[in-house]
Amino acid sequence: MRFERRPHRPFALVIASPVIAIAAALAISGVLIALAGAPVLEAYYQIAVGSFGSKLAFTETLTRATPLIFTGLAAAVAFRAQVWNIGAEGQFYIGAIAVAAFGAQATAGLPAALAIPLLMFIGAVAGMIVLLVPLGLRLRFGVDEVVTTLLLNFVAVLFVSMLIEGPLKDPLAFGWPQSVPVADNAILPKLIERSRLHIGLAVAVAIAVVVHIVQARTVFGMQSKAAGLNPRAAKFAGVPLASTLIKVACLSGGLAGLAGAVEVMGVKGYVTTDLSPGFGYSGIIVAMLANLHPIGVIAAALFTAAMFVGADGMSRAIGIPSYIADVTVALSLLTMLVALFFTQYRIRK
Amino acid sequence: MGSPFSGRGVAGMSETPVLRLSNISKRFGDTIANDAVSIDLARGEVLALLGENGAGKTTLMSILFGHYTPDEGTVEVEGRALPPGRPRAAIDAGVGMVHQHFSLAANLTVLENVMTGTQSLWRAKSDTASARRKLAEIADRFGLAVNPDARLGDLSVGEQQRVEILKALYNDARILILDEPTAVLTNAEAERLFSTLREMARQGLSLIFISHKLNEVLAAADRVVVLRGGKVVAERQAEATTKEELAELMVGRQVARPKREAGKAGDVVLEAIGASLVVDGVARLSDLNFQIRAGETLGIIGVSGNGQAQLAHLVSGLSDATAGELRLFGEPIPTGVEALVEAGVGRIPEDRNAEGAIGEMTLWENAILERVRSKRFSKNGFVDRAAARAFAATIIEDFDVRGGAPDRRTRLLSGGNMQKLILGRNLHDQPKLLIAAQPTRGLDEGAIAAVHTRILEARAKGAAVLLISEDLDEVLSLADRIRAIVKGRLSPPLAAEEANAQRLGLMMAGDWNKDSQYGEASHAL
Repeated sequence: MRFERRPHRPFALVIASPVIAIAAALAISGVLIALAGAPVLEAYYQIAVGSFGSKLAFTETLTRATPLIFTGLAAAVAFRAQVWNIGAEGQFYIGAIAVAAFGAQATAGLPAALAIPLLMFIGAVAGMIVLLVPLGLRLRFGVDEVVTTLLLNFVAVLFVSMLIEGPLKDPLAFGWPQSVPVADNAILPKLIERSRLHIGLAVAVAIAVVVHIVQARTVFGMQSKAAGLNPRAAKFAGVPLASTLIKVACLSGGLAGLAGAVEVMGVKGYVTTDLSPGFGYSGIIVAMLANLHPIGVIAAALFTAAMFVGADGMSRAIGIPSYIADVTVALSLLTMLVALFFTQYRIRK
Repeated sequence: MGSPFSGRGVAGMSETPVLRLSNISKRFGDTIANDAVSIDLARGEVLALLGENGAGKTTLMSILFGHYTPDEGTVEVEGRALPPGRPRAAIDAGVGMVHQHFSLAANLTVLENVMTGTQSLWRAKSDTASARRKLAEIADRFGLAVNPDARLGDLSVGEQQRVEILKALYNDARILILDEPTAVLTNAEAERLFSTLREMARQGLSLIFISHKLNEVLAAADRVVVLRGGKVVAERQAEATTKEELAELMVGRQVARPKREAGKAGDVVLEAIGASLVVDGVARLSDLNFQIRAGETLGIIGVSGNGQAQLAHLVSGLSDATAGELRLFGEPIPTGVEALVEAGVGRIPEDRNAEGAIGEMTLWENAILERVRSKRFSKNGFVDRAAARAFAATIIEDFDVRGGAPDRRTRLLSGGNMQKLILGRNLHDQPKLLIAAQPTRGLDEGAIAAVHTRILEARAKGAAVLLISEDLDEVLSLADRIRAIVKGRLSPPLAAEEANAQRLGLMMAGDWNKDSQYGEASHAL
């Protein structure tokens, strides 16, 4: 048996690969559920009900998907240009804390229509700065950004922790380590009444569409793709490598920072160190499941969010720990990598 | 040109052949790569497998080596059938393969590369000392000197190939297959390789080398098997055939490379005035002074690694001279690739896969990538895809890019057709200056003729051409004047009419100061 490169990547297979990958991941998780002594189909039924079965469940899933769309896009745009941004988690927190810092008082006097976009911008810029440091180190000294962005996540979370224990600590929080809340004018309007779902979702979807258009249709999109696929040939064709990668990093870091900003303004109103249950890391999986396609990111984020939200309900109903969601999502990354391989290669006897 | 060992193969025929391929057939989808191919190889014989790109040579050798399983047919080594599809079995039976793209690790030393795969993973300590001894013995026996502790990435391509051969011999290969071994070599390196091959044959090894170059087939082989369209179309003793006959057998019709006709040179287009390039403290180009006029071709010859790549990069806008300057039409040359392309400079890079085109992008994207920011192909930052596709379609049509469509991915093109695409994007708008670095490296006869025709056409229409090539035949048939590059310095020019192999050889060896004959003539130019 050997692997042979396919001359074309069949379109149907590219579309089908995440579906097959997810099905395979669910099947493998099913073995674990069975080993834990629970009925497998019942468990998956409960996950489905818990994530899509009611208005509340569905809006919760969408709320959870919102930051994942942003972090998924952050990973997708970076990976496409071979900028290995593993630091979306840290950029998320820095974006969030920047919004808390400015949104509590500095922008409190502005009308909401001005304050909200301004704070989103501030969050994005904060995320950008966090990614530009490792990118600068790569461009100047050849430091591998996989390592630096990953490690900066811990630096960022500790930095946020320091701020919310210190200068940005909420004096009215009974000593809990949480930041000052943003002013009311910075709270995102709800998308659906009596739910947690906020307009951040609409913003995320709109931005995914914009990112897709930028990548598919613009000069920058073409140059960043070239820089990612073959830097030497891109350089030969006159693509300014450094500035292209800097732009990519601004976009990627900005999207991750925006994720944090929107989460603060849309859901919690303030920052704690458990604001993100790993949105930055899950974003990498979302991007891979989407095959780095911005529109695909929306669907992949929805799946990932549904698994997490649904697993909570399932865990209450039949007593399987909700960690099974982490297992399934992580497995789906592995199965997706296998599926992607088979979109490019086929088996020959 | 007969080989001194040409009797051997025939004499060996009475014994069991060392290697016998019987009735090998292999299909890929609708394409028949090999069609009932049968070949015998005798002990001590050098067999050349000659054929155009796509004739099925590499497929056949991949079957022999177990990379592919044949649909039909068998491979026998010394009378024993090899199990199909098992490279390990081939290696154990004494078949060694030297790939066109070396399968070596750049970050390991020569010795480590040679030892890779020969030792059990579970052994705690690797037996370097005996490996070193064995390697030294082999190197000594076949005259393949190479420093075992050198890092592979620091070696020249020719030396890397030597390592690849050593690795096969280290695995006790008695049958050695070389896939287009000279594609990456300079003439001098190729000569050296041929004498190594003959020495190996003299010591009883059997060799198959795959090639589409007629000269070297005649120079190095005892026997030539010609493949065309997956079939053996002819078999000749090297001494009993001619270049012309082989060319016709290989291509199936008569092909001739075009020849330069005398032209009239116009104004100076490109001028280098004391141009130098220092990279990481090492002088790569020193004090270059030359001129190229419109309608004229300057050929730069030389042994690879003497600064050709740096010269091509310098004039292609990828690096800036650290001293001296380049002038285009008397003005300082624009900096940056975009400005150069805009100014009418066409650039054909040395390595089309690594620099010329991005395989995973479509033909239309590759066609316009270097001009994507121009008004012609983008508006307000958005790519004008219709214009780009139309441009690509014109190139495909005008330059006969076979198997091409604007939306196809570029890696699906054969080397020759990819080169035609690159030529097309550079020549479509008649450049004023064309820089062609190794423009036909690795191409087959048909494609070479097409590329040469295009370059001559551009010159005839008034382009100044800088041709950097290690292929002397190519330079002789295209260039008006020839200079050699040696250790980053340029020799004085020699008019093509006065050039012959001996003079060019002296030039490439750097002996131009001693040879007053053309030293003086050059000052007149």
